[in-house]
Amino acid sequence: MSTRLQKGGRLIDRSRALEFSFNGKRLMGFQGDTLASALLANDQMLLGRSFKYHRPRGLVASGAEEPNALVNLGTGARHEPNQRTTTTELFAGATATSQNHWPSLEFDLGAVNSWFARFLPGGFYYKTFIHPRFAWKHIFEPIIRQSAGLGKAPREKDADRYEQAYAFCDVLVAGGGIAGLQAALAAAGEGARVILLEQAPVWGGRAPVDGDVIDGQPAETWVKATIEALGKMGNVTLKTRCMVAGVYDHGYVLAEERVADHTPGDGRPKKRLWRIRATRIVAATGAIERPLSFAGNDIPGVMLASAVRDYVTNWAVSPGDRTVVVTNNDDAYRTALALREAGLSVPCIIDARSNADGPLPQRARALGIRVETGKAIAWVKGGKRVTGVALCLQAGEGAPLEEIGCDAVAMSGGWSPVVHLWSHCGGKLTWDAAQAMFRPDATRPPTSHDGQALVFAAGAANGALTAAEALADAARAGASAFGKQPGPHAQAAVSIEAPLEPVWIMPQGAGPGLKMKMWLDPQNDVKVSDVQLAAREGYESVEHTKRYTTLGMATDQGKLSNINGLAVLAGALNTEIPNVGTTTFRPPYAPVTIGALAGESRGDIFQPLRRSPIHGWHETHNAHFEPVGLWRRPYCFPVGGETHQQAVNREILAVRSGVGMLDASTLGKLIVKGPDAGRFLDMLYTNVMSTLPVGKCRYGLMCNEQGFLSDDGVVVRLSEDTWLCHTTTGGADRIHAHMEDWLQCEWWDWQVYVANVTEQYAQIAVAGPRARQLLERLGGMDVGKDSLPFMTHAEGTLGNFPVRVYRISFSGELSYEIAVPASLGLALWERLIEAGRDLGVIPYGTEAMHVMRAEKGFIMIGDETDGTVIPQDLNLDWAISRKKADYLGKRGQERTHLASPDRWKLAGFETLDGSVIPDGAYIIAPGVNDNGQRNTQGRVTSTYYSPTLKKGIAMGLIRGGLKRMGEVVEFNTVSGGTVRARVVDPVFYDKEGEKQNV
Amino acid sequence: MSEPVSALGHASFDGFARIREIGPLGMLTLRARPDVAGLTAALAAIGVTRPEPRRMALTGERGCGWMSPDEYLVILPYDEANAAMAALSQQLSGEHHLVANVSDARAVFRIEGAKATQVLAKLMPVDFATLAPGELRRSRAAQTAAAIWAEGDGFTLVCFRSVAQYMMGLLSHSAMPGSELF
Repeated sequence: MSTRLQKGGRLIDRSRALEFSFNGKRLMGFQGDTLASALLANDQMLLGRSFKYHRPRGLVASGAEEPNALVNLGTGARHEPNQRTTTTELFAGATATSQNHWPSLEFDLGAVNSWFARFLPGGFYYKTFIHPRFAWKHIFEPIIRQSAGLGKAPREKDADRYEQAYAFCDVLVAGGGIAGLQAALAAAGEGARVILLEQAPVWGGRAPVDGDVIDGQPAETWVKATIEALGKMGNVTLKTRCMVAGVYDHGYVLAEERVADHTPGDGRPKKRLWRIRATRIVAATGAIERPLSFAGNDIPGVMLASAVRDYVTNWAVSPGDRTVVVTNNDDAYRTALALREAGLSVPCIIDARSNADGPLPQRARALGIRVETGKAIAWVKGGKRVTGVALCLQAGEGAPLEEIGCDAVAMSGGWSPVVHLWSHCGGKLTWDAAQAMFRPDATRPPTSHDGQALVFAAGAANGALTAAEALADAARAGASAFGKQPGPHAQAAVSIEAPLEPVWIMPQGAGPGLKMKMWLDPQNDVKVSDVQLAAREGYESVEHTKRYTTLGMATDQGKLSNINGLAVLAGALNTEIPNVGTTTFRPPYAPVTIGALAGESRGDIFQPLRRSPIHGWHETHNAHFEPVGLWRRPYCFPVGGETHQQAVNREILAVRSGVGMLDASTLGKLIVKGPDAGRFLDMLYTNVMSTLPVGKCRYGLMCNEQGFLSDDGVVVRLSEDTWLCHTTTGGADRIHAHMEDWLQCEWWDWQVYVANVTEQYAQIAVAGPRARQLLERLGGMDVGKDSLPFMTHAEGTLGNFPVRVYRISFSGELSYEIAVPASLGLALWERLIEAGRDLGVIPYGTEAMHVMRAEKGFIMIGDETDGTVIPQDLNLDWAISRKKADYLGKRGQERTHLASPDRWKLAGFETLDGSVIPDGAYIIAPGVNDNGQRNTQGRVTSTYYSPTLKKGIAMGLIRGGLKRMGEVVEFNTVSGGTVRARVVDPVFYDKEGEKQNV
Repeated sequence: MSEPVSALGHASFDGFARIREIGPLGMLTLRARPDVAGLTAALAAIGVTRPEPRRMALTGERGCGWMSPDEYLVILPYDEANAAMAALSQQLSGEHHLVANVSDARAVFRIEGAKATQVLAKLMPVDFATLAPGELRRSRAAQTAAAIWAEGDGFTLVCFRSVAQYMMGLLSHSAMPGSELF
């Protein structure tokens, strides 16, 4: 049984008991516990099931490297899957449930998979893709999809909120162990702006647990004093519960702060993503202990030796009365000593080395602990928890010498530096044969913009495993990161440890039966036998083997399995470990919740929605909105129980017979001014704008350099050297940038300034036969036929509002567009609505506008154009000047393909039966193409029901264009079959244009 | 004529910093090369000081910000904007320039209190520790363009009018009590 010890526990506060639950069981823990330590203290050894075989899984580790002990945490709107219990702080009321089992954790039917393990070897998935052909789709995929996935996806909207924050520093220190503290001291002492981040809630890392002595004091005392000293320095920022997740180019660092993970519902953001720009980074991220590969090393109760030590020392939790320690190094003896100090039994230390005579083994022997050198574990006994181990010779094949009863096994295969942050931006590793580890190669660091090292590894992360080495190394790293020479640093008592002996398979001569039970990746169920099979099947690259076997692809990303896996691969390929190399270390170091990445961007502030000055009125008048860029524009204003289609039809008829108002504020408005402005606009537009008289309006087209139609709008001349260019709603910012691009990069010597005044004005279109009558009711300027003729503009007042009025029409009716300062936009709109009440004035939306312009045969950017259409395709030759020497797009339009008479060109279409052609329909042609698809000769670009004409109308592109007038063609439909339509003039309504010019 | 109204009608939020939408504020965009003759005098004539690069020169309720090597932002009372625009045009006639009234195109916010910086540090990639006195910073707040300068007991922030509600949402979210960064 695992249990809480009577005494000790440096991190727990026994005066503050916390109740929590696991699978509905009510359990007690203490303030300072992790969820893992609290579960273990309650004898909850079995915590989950593995991914593939549904094997029982218990705690292996005590930190971010934990592969097994993941739970569903919280309920309802605070439910989160795959929460790592080892890094989850216990809080009162925490509810956790185990994952990946059915029907229950204790009895899991999926465990039958393990009986068929020999049929589910490495590469299983890939093999099922291939043979037999039908099997993947119909048999394997449905079954695997059923069983895949660990936790349950949340079903409710997240109740929590998240945010981000920006920070800047000279030196960012990742890791608040003694190396991180020393590095921060060294850099800050030289005057650097330092940010020091620690993922855990406490400072100090492993040193206090391992009993290090620094400057003559216990490590814990030194840590406390150092944090106090750093806290007093104005140039140092300290954060716990903040994990550096990734290092990116030029010192960009992402870190995740767990602000309210442990205090859910207190109103604070659950997590905060820090976006840090650091000049240099010190990676003081420590090291992770490696498991040993022996049969049954996945049985609950087999844990890392360092984790056993942590549970005993930090949280006063015993993993069992009797713990066997198995090791290939001296460090694991500390676990035996810690267990004994806590009054627990260590039946045996099994040391794979032939000799173990250093100070630590000697202390163990002096305590009377049995030490067996040259020995190994043949297999672990037990099902859902350890009951004993079989002892054998490490040099042999696993013949049992003796069985030793125990409740837990503490294993240590040596240590691997956490090189992730070093590697994210391309830092290279070197194989340190003496310590059997990959560590950062200081001669090949990741580099920053200046070609200098970006990351400096420090302490255990740099392979300096002992406290004395780590402090010296960290002082060097901290000072170097700020371009300084290291000064004096803290001194730790030297501990003498004998070298480890690499052990990748235990015992070394184990046969297939044992190797099938040696787990490398306990979450994804990858065993020594799987990696060896991959090698036999030709997977020589470690990256390929990883994907073939899924080694290291679990949510822990191979923190425990990586090195052991590639060492086994190296052995199977009969090559050296450095020749195999490692897989790529990619950010994030440990999973970052999507909520933190989204930050504040959800709900009302998901996107910067743009609202016109009249937006609020639309909302209160039942507008149905549609997105246009980031704007929301009224699509229509349904009245009573109207459908959108009914509302659109009503709005159109009301405009055509009376008067309607459209909020056109979103139209782009660019002022272009200067001595060269006319010349500039003549280059931008296909027609001539320099000759436009002051006071007049002219419709213009803009193309890109390739000749394709890019934007259109009405240009007005405000004064001798000033024009105002209207763009489409979506084109305002793009065309402004387009203008600036040409002015800044190509025609930098032209004297032209552009100002985007889109939002300065609310713009209201008043359209319909009664439009003039409505404006005249407000009084002020003369808007009569003769004083303000079609395609002119004037400034003045309407009802005391300062306005500029344009006589332009997109509906084909008598129409005015009125620009008024945005701060007065709503007032003018309401005034017009009020004044026009008895005229039957109605607000109309974008869909009515679209239909009315289609009735008039006016093109719409984005409907008739899609980036492959030139103005000539749309019969807009009248808007292209032939006199001008050049304009943007002219050369492009002369290319043979664009000048071809064979192009699809604009025409109108009327169905023979009056129906509406489906959106996106193609005009079919005889025969099929090389792919067996029906040939086409055109497509519809705009298609609507016209309430004015009481039938379907459409515009589209057809080979030959208007030359085909009168022909009947066939459009395909979504439901199959075709619809027949006659090619007609695209101007369906008021061909002479009399209505707009009255 | 009605009274001009700001985008949000002076909405406010009290968190660990105080957020207020203010305005409408008079604003002119002036485009002119720095070597234009009489530029300094023209600005002085409308009561503002020509700023150093990247600075906001504040004088009472008026100010002039350096927006780019050939762009300035003039701040003044809303009612004076048109007259000031005419005056500037008059002063600079004959020189290549552009002046536009953008008072209505903008929304203006005040972020006030001892921790005002923390509200903005959540939204803007700005190193506030190195922000010089009087500095005008054009940057972004979350997903939208914003300019800020320190003024009084906090900062003044200018953004486009159409995103005023988004900006208010951002600032309020960031200023929520308990979410202080330090």
